[in-house]
Amino acid sequence: MSRVTIYVPGDAAAAAVGADETANAITDEARRRGADVLVVRNGSRGLLWLEPLVEVETPLGRVAYGPVDAAAVAGLFDAGFTSGGRHPLYHGPTAEIPYLKNQERLTFARVGLIDPQNIDEYLRHGGYRGLRAGLQMAPAAIVECVTASGLRGRGGAAFPAGIKWKTALGAAGDQKFIVCNADEGDSGTFSDRMLMEGDPFVLIEGMTIAGIATGATRGYIYLRFEYPHAHRALNRAISTAYARGYLGADVQQSGRRFDLEVRLGAGAYICGEETSLLESLEGKRGQVRFKPPLPAIQGLFGKPTVINNVITLASVPIILDRGAEHYRNFGMGRSRGTLPIQLTGNIKCGGLVEKAFGLTLRELLYDYGGGSLSGRPIKAVQVGGPLGAYLPESQFDTKLDYEAFADIQGMLGHGGIVVFDDTVDMAAQARYAMEFCAIESCGKCTPCRIGSTRGVEVIDRLLNGENAAEQEALLRDLCETMTYGSLCALGGLTPYPVRSALNHFPEDFRRRTPARAPG
Amino acid sequence: MTSRSQRRVIPVKPQRSANLSAVEREAVQSACTQLKALPGALLPILHAVQDKLGFIPKDAVELIAAELNLSRAEVHGVISFYHYFRSDKPGRQVLRLCRAEACQAVGARALESHAKRTLGVDYHGTTADGAITLEPVYCLGNCASGPSMMQGDRLIGRVSESRFDDIVARARREK
Repeated sequence: MSRVTIYVPGDAAAAAVGADETANAITDEARRRGADVLVVRNGSRGLLWLEPLVEVETPLGRVAYGPVDAAAVAGLFDAGFTSGGRHPLYHGPTAEIPYLKNQERLTFARVGLIDPQNIDEYLRHGGYRGLRAGLQMAPAAIVECVTASGLRGRGGAAFPAGIKWKTALGAAGDQKFIVCNADEGDSGTFSDRMLMEGDPFVLIEGMTIAGIATGATRGYIYLRFEYPHAHRALNRAISTAYARGYLGADVQQSGRRFDLEVRLGAGAYICGEETSLLESLEGKRGQVRFKPPLPAIQGLFGKPTVINNVITLASVPIILDRGAEHYRNFGMGRSRGTLPIQLTGNIKCGGLVEKAFGLTLRELLYDYGGGSLSGRPIKAVQVGGPLGAYLPESQFDTKLDYEAFADIQGMLGHGGIVVFDDTVDMAAQARYAMEFCAIESCGKCTPCRIGSTRGVEVIDRLLNGENAAEQEALLRDLCETMTYGSLCALGGLTPYPVRSALNHFPEDFRRRTPARAPG
Repeated sequence: MTSRSQRRVIPVKPQRSANLSAVEREAVQSACTQLKALPGALLPILHAVQDKLGFIPKDAVELIAAELNLSRAEVHGVISFYHYFRSDKPGRQVLRLCRAEACQAVGARALESHAKRTLGVDYHGTTADGAITLEPVYCLGNCASGPSMMQGDRLIGRVSESRFDDIVARARREK
C-alpha cells in the first residue's frame, strides 16, 4: 500500500479543540497498524465547527472527516478512512462542502490547502508570482495597479490602499518603512491570525511588493502577544524566505533590499490604531498621534511609512499576479474585491467565509451560519468589532458593503460578525462597550478617557431607574460628545454599540428593579 | 588627622537596581545587552525580561532606563500602559479568560463568575497557594469556538465550567 497523506490543521483554533492530540493519535494508531501515513499540519479551511477537520488524500481528491477528536481516531481506521471509507464523521470531498464551495477565495486561496511552512508548496500554488510581476514593473506602475484594483484597507477604516502607497512613494526620505498592522484586537475577528498561520508567505510577499513599490527597505509586522502560534509561524517563514533569497539585501537578484521582522505588542487594543501602533513600535506608550502629519509622510521614527492591515497586504500578490481588473471584478459599488468574513459568537457553523462584497447579513447568518448555536432566535449581531453597531433582525438584509453599512450608522470594520441569541441583555452589552473603552483608552483625549467612565455610570443610573428619561438624554449627549470630540476611532466609535443598543432594543433598558445596586 | 582607612566612603554611583536578585539582574542585563541596539528596543527588552522571569521587577526600571538612556518615568510609563506587562510575580500558571463579545455570546460572563468564585480571586489575583493567576484578555482570535482561554501560550476553546475545573486541576499539578 502506498503512502497516504493525511491533513490535520495546525491552526490555533483547531489546536484549541484538540487537533494536536488528534494528529498524535493518528500517528500512533498508524504505527500500531503498520499503515504508511504522512501527517501534514495544514492551515485551517475555516470550517471551524468541524474542527479538528481531518482530510485524507484519495484518488478522488481530499475527503473530509470532522470533528475528529483523538478518541474517534481508532474508529476511523476501522472504517478505512485512509482510503476514504465511510464513517458518521465523513463529509465527502472537502472542496464540495457547500460552505467552502460557494466561497470566492482569492486572499485565502491557499489557506488550509498547503503546508504553510513549505515554501516549495507555496511556489507550486502560485506563490511569488505577484512579486515576480512587480519586479518587472516601475514602482509607480505597481502603485497604479493597486489603486486600479480598488483595494481598500481591510483593517476597518477602508481607506484606498493605492492612495496611501502613492503618498509614501512621493514622500522624500532616506529610509521608508512598511508596517503590517497585525494587532487584530476586534472581538469576532480572526482572519489575520488564520492567514498568518495558514499562509505566512503571502503576507511576506505582499509586504515585499509594498516595499518595492514605495522604496521602503525595511518592514515590521506588529503582532499581538495573544497570537503565539502566529508568532512562531511568521518567524519560521521569515527565516525560510531569507534563506531562499526572497528577503534580504538582494531580493531574487533584483538588486532591491527588503528586510522584515516581527515585533510583539503587549495587550493594548488601542495599538490597532495606526499612529498608536507606530508609537508602540518606537518603544513608547501606545498613545494616539495627531494627524497630520500622515504616517505616509512622517510615520515610524519620523520616516515615510506605509501601514496596512494583514489582509490588505496579503491581497496584493494576487492583484499583481492576475491584474487589477480581475480583482475589481468582484464586489459592488465602491467596495471592490472580496472580504474574508468571520462568523462568530452564538452561531452553529462558525468560520471564515471569503466572498465578494454584496452578500446580505441574512444569507451569511442562515445560509452559511445555519442560525444560532443554541437553536434560539438570533436577537442581534454586532458587526465590525467592539466599536461596531448592534443590528436587529430588521437590518439583516443590509448588504455587506462599506457604504451600505455607513448608511445604517454601522460599520463593516474588519469583517467580524458576532451573533447573539434572544437571551442577550442589550443594556449589559452597551455598558460593556463603555467599560471596554474605559479600560483600553490611551488617555490622550478627554472625551474618550473621561467620557467612557461617565458612560458606565450613566448607564448604571439609567438601569437603576433614577430619572430614566433624564439619564437617557444625558447618555445620548455624552455619545455625541465622544463621537465628535474624540481624537481617534476608539472614543469616536464607542457610541455606535451604545446608541444602537439604545435605539433598537429600548425594552432592555427599562425592565430593571429600582433596587439594583450601582456598579 | 584621620588616617585614610578611617574615612567613610560615600559611593557617588551606587549600583543601579541594587535590590534585584542575581537571577533577576542577569535576566535584565542580558536582555538589555542583546537588544538595546534595536530601533525601539524597549518593548522587546520588556518582553525578554518577562519571558524569563514571568514579570518585570519594579527595581529593574532603573537599570533598563540607564541602559536605554531613558528616564525611569518613561520606562515605568510603558510597563504600566500595557496590560500584558506585570510588575509582581504571577502564580506558577497564568490563566487568561477571554472577556470579549464573541465569547460573551456563548456564556463567557457566567464562566467568568464561575472562575472567580472557584479560584477565590478577582482578575489579576493569584490563588492563596500561589498556583494560579487569573487574568482577563480581550480576544484570543478563537471567536467561533468560544468561550476561549489561554494557559501559558496554549489556546483552549469551548471552555465549559467543568472543562475549566479540569484545566485548573491539571494546572495545579503542573510544576
